[in-house]
Amino acid sequence: MAEIDREKLLDIYTRTMKVNRTDEKFRELLMQGKVAVMYYCVRGQELASAAAMAALDDDDYVVCTYRGQGEQTAKGIPIEKWWGECLGKETGTCKGKGGTMHITDPDTGIMVTTGVVGSGLPIANGLAMASQNNGDGRVTLVSFGDGAANIGGFHEAMNMAQLYKLPIVFFCQNNRYGEHTAFADHTDSPDISSRAAGYGMKGVKVDGNNVNEVYPAMEEAVEHARSGKGPVLVEAMCYRMMGHFFGSDFSYMPEEHLAEMQAEDPLPKLRKVMLERQFTEEELDKIVADIDAEIDGAVQHALDAPLPSTDEIYKDVLEETA
Amino acid sequence: MAEITMTQALNLAIDEAMAEDDGVFCLGEDVSAKQGGGVFKVTAGLTEKYGEHRIRATPISETAIVGAAVGAALAGQRPICEIMLMNFVGVCMDQIVNHAAKLRFMSGGQTPCPMVLRTTTGVGVGFGGQHSDMLEAWFAHVAGIHVVTPSNAADARGLMRSAIDANDPVIFIENILCYGLTSEDPGPGYRVPLGKAAVAREGSDISLITYGRTVLDAMEIAGELDKEGISVEVIDLRTIAPYDEETVLASVRKTGRAITLHEAVKPFGTGAEIAANIQEKCWDSLKGPVRRIGGTFSAVPFATHLEQAWIPQKSDMIAQIKASVGKA
Repeated sequence: MAEIDREKLLDIYTRTMKVNRTDEKFRELLMQGKVAVMYYCVRGQELASAAAMAALDDDDYVVCTYRGQGEQTAKGIPIEKWWGECLGKETGTCKGKGGTMHITDPDTGIMVTTGVVGSGLPIANGLAMASQNNGDGRVTLVSFGDGAANIGGFHEAMNMAQLYKLPIVFFCQNNRYGEHTAFADHTDSPDISSRAAGYGMKGVKVDGNNVNEVYPAMEEAVEHARSGKGPVLVEAMCYRMMGHFFGSDFSYMPEEHLAEMQAEDPLPKLRKVMLERQFTEEELDKIVADIDAEIDGAVQHALDAPLPSTDEIYKDVLEETA
Repeated sequence: MAEITMTQALNLAIDEAMAEDDGVFCLGEDVSAKQGGGVFKVTAGLTEKYGEHRIRATPISETAIVGAAVGAALAGQRPICEIMLMNFVGVCMDQIVNHAAKLRFMSGGQTPCPMVLRTTTGVGVGFGGQHSDMLEAWFAHVAGIHVVTPSNAADARGLMRSAIDANDPVIFIENILCYGLTSEDPGPGYRVPLGKAAVAREGSDISLITYGRTVLDAMEIAGELDKEGISVEVIDLRTIAPYDEETVLASVRKTGRAITLHEAVKPFGTGAEIAANIQEKCWDSLKGPVRRIGGTFSAVPFATHLEQAWIPQKSDMIAQIKASVGKA
């Protein structure tokens, strides 16, 4: 596999750190009690999301889940609006009416964030179908976890996408837990990607903690979909290094699993690759410092922003109420 | 003007919308020419005109069908998806209720979902418990969707055009027994606005508020009762939700009496909501309690005589109207 070019690698690093610093900040605010909302941590999955988003064009469509912070920030959602939404403010992407589980920003292609496991896949097919119908050349990427692979919508969507050769990438971040249930306790097959064969679809399994594996695989999958060859299922193996949602118990994760995931943490691994590719410590630190400053500004903006008017509960129900 | 059937009316409305807007397309089981243009032939002849991309025959995958319609609608297209029989919504409610209905609101207005979900149902053809139910109340209970059903071919043509024009999801219910009904063709471009009821027959003694197939029953008994000196006003809601409250309340204020009538089961039905609303808003005009008539609270049975006993009976409608107006 060809080496990722330096400019793209830097792009992936920047997106990865944006996801990570956002996650760290969110947990800090929750710990301090400055914010009290549902938040599904993405620690451990930053690289997988960032590499996937780096493989897309700006106008490509994304459908993600309640654990979608990685896709959202890495796709380039304006972070003041993202924080505004997460804090339930008028300045949010959805005027505070969607919240952490329903971030939507069509301008950056974040079309749906669903709170229902597996429901994004059928909708993503529709976005891809629209692109196929009108020939706009867009690819749709739908992100989901291993837990979503066992709901009916997954099966229906995979079969339909392959039938129509839709321009879509099914991106499964296999974080080895469906809520509190370990992979082996919800699935007896060795992985998710091998299911693609059952639909006549191309399936790929990669190490989501290794940039040199996950990015080229995503780039190839996106190209495959865009060129009209049909969908691809990419399974990126990664770890969810926190509980299901912030503050939730994860004592059910065995010691060996915890040790394994610490060893596979994508961030030190990515840092190592960056240094090997002649980026300096200073350069990399500067990127993180700039991201932190931007996030601090966005958080303050969101904290200071007004609450949505209570009239909003009557608005946007139907067009007549817009 | 020529007469058209309801099937032709729906076909004409879809055809002209597809001709005018490349973003309009159909998807559903058996809808394309290869499968004969739909089990009830509503999409017959359209594949030949618009191709298989715009008349997409799908696998038997209701969640994928509705999900695809939702996604395409978010991307600015105007999909018309078909759930062959209304009971099958049971396998795709998540896409309708959690997604189609709510994405406009949850996104703060950024992602409206302009799609039509056509579905067929009806009691009286021997389809039994899983192919006959009117389930409109399930959808009427959810904010963010229109629920529509025509009782005649002309309205079918006009309501379908308006449903396709709408910038929100529309559940479009077709009654199997009504496909063959004929009307004078209202012609190209005809539209019946959503949310606007029709006064199907004017009357002064009692308002009979109904929609869909039971409008036919209502009209028949209204004609019979007229001979006995009872003047029944028949309101055909056409749009079940959000319904035309203004027309309903004006009628009840005029007549002072009301009965709601639907084929769907009576408990927790749309008739209960309408009756409650009338009592809240027209109490001073009412001369008696608002009554409700609906299907029997059991599964729709198979045997013909059981099925016929299950549906709202015209004799009961007459008895209730007479009781209401004090001529029992």
